[in-house]
Order: sequence, then structure tokens, then C-alpha cells
Amino acid sequence: MKKILVKGKTQGIILKSLNPINFLGTVDKQTGVISDKNHDLFDKSIKNCILVFPNGVGSSVGAYTIYSIKSNNVAPLAMICQKADLTVATGCALANIPLIIVNENEFSSFHTGQKILLDTESLNPITNI
Amino acid sequence: MELTKEEESALKGEQGEIMQMAYRILVATGEATDADKLIPIEWAHLSGVNYNTIGDSGEEFLSGISKTARVKVKTTLNPMGFDIDNVSNYGLDDNFISKQLSIRKSYEAMGVIPSFSCIPYEIFDIPKEGTHVSFAESNAAIHANSFNNLKTNKESAFSALASAITGKSPYSLLRKEDSPNITIRMKVDNPNEMTYGMLGFFAGKVGNDSVNISGIEEMDRRSCKAMCGGMGTSGTCAKFLFGDGESNCEKVDFDKKEMNNIYDELNTAEKGDLITLGSPQLGLEEISDLTSKLKGRSFKKRCIIFCPRIVKEQAIKIGYTNELQRAGCEILADCCTCLTPLINKNNVDSVTTNSIKGAYYLKNSNGVDVNLKSLSQIIKDETR
Repeated sequence: MKKILVKGKTQGIILKSLNPINFLGTVDKQTGVISDKNHDLFDKSIKNCILVFPNGVGSSVGAYTIYSIKSNNVAPLAMICQKADLTVATGCALANIPLIIVNENEFSSFHTGQKILLDTESLNPITNI
Repeated sequence: MELTKEEESALKGEQGEIMQMAYRILVATGEATDADKLIPIEWAHLSGVNYNTIGDSGEEFLSGISKTARVKVKTTLNPMGFDIDNVSNYGLDDNFISKQLSIRKSYEAMGVIPSFSCIPYEIFDIPKEGTHVSFAESNAAIHANSFNNLKTNKESAFSALASAITGKSPYSLLRKEDSPNITIRMKVDNPNEMTYGMLGFFAGKVGNDSVNISGIEEMDRRSCKAMCGGMGTSGTCAKFLFGDGESNCEKVDFDKKEMNNIYDELNTAEKGDLITLGSPQLGLEEISDLTSKLKGRSFKKRCIIFCPRIVKEQAIKIGYTNELQRAGCEILADCCTCLTPLINKNNVDSVTTNSIKGAYYLKNSNGVDVNLKSLSQIIKDETR
């Protein structure tokens, strides 16, 4: 069962994290690099990937960070989460980044490096390519 | 979510980019909170004003959208970072001041009333019973739902902004029926405003969307505000219903033990370097009461009072501000204890306050220690 929070169509390569992401504190607005040493994506850029992570955490002001990384052209192409949280939902809505919520099974089936087509208007919104 | 034809067309971008973005926010928020449709609202109250909280990203975003975005319904605004009348006394850097003034300008350009207040329910007329509004300020949302017979979600800064621009909001749980699954039994005797603040803080932790509260006698305005402020700080719960609730409700006691746990969590100092009053901001009634309590007395240390500008102006006319300044108070309009840039750990170690909400943010955002005391205790200990 998938839930479409922000519509859109894109294709790209998955970058998956098993840790929640705090956009306000730990994502560099100029580079899109995760700066939290304890995060499993530490030192990696989330630019132009399909970012798969459980959910956002931290201040709702993090939504502005998502808007900023999009303005600076270092945002992910789309995001896929396991849990809907308002910070990521509104951030993706502000920045017009497609956002899909998936269930636990689907979430665990994704892996970094997987190439997918994401189209929220399609009957099957996420397909391997 | 079911959208009307017009809403679908806005979401597709047929009514411009700003409308499209606003509807994207409403749909994303609505889907995330299991709303099935959007409904019209009559009044939006926005958070996301203080440069201390929204930073450069927020300032840039607002400056960008303010070129074309205009609000569709009455829209009021949360506090900002300082009172322009006396900001030079507080050593804020020029960058902060210019960025804050840019934020102010952006909101004004969009047609927002620059009220800079977290107590819109006290300084504006309340619409008729059952009216839907969108309040992003947590204490104001709880006050609207619990004491003003209005209906609001506990909105985010973004959903409230989208509501202001579209005149709509997701029809989520709090706007529908009240069905708290928990009843908090208030057992503490002789409560003061701080007790109610802690009761609210406790309720926010144990409740989901709404809670029943039993065992409450009549409360004064100060206590109502303290309770809403406390609840908004600790969780996502956004409504009190007074009474025992349904018989199948889970019952939880709020007694001395529960109260002392919260006190110990938030009270981290024996005394404060200065005193703050107002989080939520003080209204005219509280200023009047404070003025009479301070007759013939003055503070032994700095005491900063936060209130809305309209309240400050009325207080000047009536002569309260003269009295309060004589007693050693500094009176600041347009800003609030909560998330103030005027107090930080470089210039202050600890603050005395009667506000549970203020205590939480002073500790967690400003990084200073807090000494909690009721107003009557503050006047007893800190004045002569």
C-alpha cells in the first residue's frame, strides 16, 4: 500500500539510509552532504539521487532546508519514506520533490544503487529499470 | 484526498505557482494526517516569524514568495525576535536586525496583519462558535479548540501559510468529532498558574490529539494560558475537554508525584540572574494585575515583560508601563520569552520564570538554566 504525498515523475538511482534524517541540523544546504558523523550516510551527498529513508526527525523548520537544497540544485530527485512526517511532507511540497510513503516490506526491498522509475500517476508508481 | 475541480486545477498549476505550492502543502499535510478533504477556514495565524528560528533559509523563502503571494483570509502573525523601540539596548547584531526586518516586510507585502503575538485569541475578536481557523502557534491552537469554541488542527508553519493563501485547511481529526481516549484526573490542591502549566505539559505527553481533564475548578485567564502553553510544548495534543469523558477512557492521575517529576525536569537552578514574564505573552488583564501586585515594591534584579504591541500601547495610555518601569521592569512588545534571541548563555546563566513553556525553550534552545516560581512567589522573593 503506497501513499502519494507529493506527485511527480523522475528516474534515478536509490541512495538508502536506515537512519531517520534531521534536515535542519545535518544536511549541508550548499552541497547536500550529510554532516552527522553518526549517520549511515555521513559524508555522502543526497544530490540527484532517489533518497530512501525511514522518516524525518527534528524541527519543522527543516522543511525550509529541503526548499534550500532544491534552490541550490543539490536536492534528491525524489524521496521515499516508510513513515509520513510533516517536516519532510511540507519540505517536499515546498520544493516540489515527489514523495511516496511505502510499507515496511517495500521499504526493506530497496537497496542503494538500484535504478528505478518513479511515476506517481502510474498504477505501479515505482518500477525497476 | 478528494479535491474539488478548482482545487485540482490549482494543484496542476493552472492558478499560478504560488497557488500550486500552497495546494501541494495542503495535500501533503492532509495525506500525512489522514484528512479526506479540504475545508474553508476564516482566519490563519502563522508561525515561522522569528529569525532566530527560521534562519536564512526561511528569510530567503519568504522574500521570494512575497513578490507574488497574497493572503486570502484574515491572517495574523507570531512574535518576532525583538521590540524595535528598544532593540539597541540588547546588543543584537545588525545582521539579525536586518534579516528580521526583511521577514517582517515579506509578511506585510503578503497582506498579513503584523500582530507579532502568540495570544491572538486575546487581542482579536473571536469568530462565532464552531468557526474553522488555522492556528500554527501551539498554545493558540489549544486555546482556540479548548476555550474559544473554534476548530483548528495543530498546524505547522507551512500548512497555516498555505491556509492563509488558499483559505483552506485539511479536514483532519481535530476538526471532526472529539473522542479523547484518555482522562487526566487533576488531584493537586490549591493550584496556581504553574501547576496548570505543568498539568498541560503532562497532558501533552500522555495525550494524542485531545484529552479529557477532570477535577478542575474555575480557572483564571493566566492559568488557562499557562495550561495551553504547557501542553503545546510537550507533544502533539491540541485540545482539552473538561469532564470525566466516556467510561471506557483510560484514567491517569495528575498528582503531586507527577507534578514534581515535571518540576524536576524543568527546574534546573536555585535562583535566576533575571526574571522573565510572558510565555505566552501577557495580556492587558495580566499587566493590570501585575501593576497592582507591584504597588510600592520594586524588583531586586532585571525583570523582562513580554506582551503584544497593542497591549503595550494600551498599558502606556492607562499608565501601567510607568508603574512597571518604576518597579524595575523592561517592557518588550512584538517578541516573547519563548525562543528570544535576547537571552543566551553568553550573557545569562539562569532565568527565573513562572512559565512552563518558557522554561522548556530557555533550557533547550537558549541553553540557560531555569528557576521555576509562581508569580506570587516571584513577587515575594524578588521584590522589596
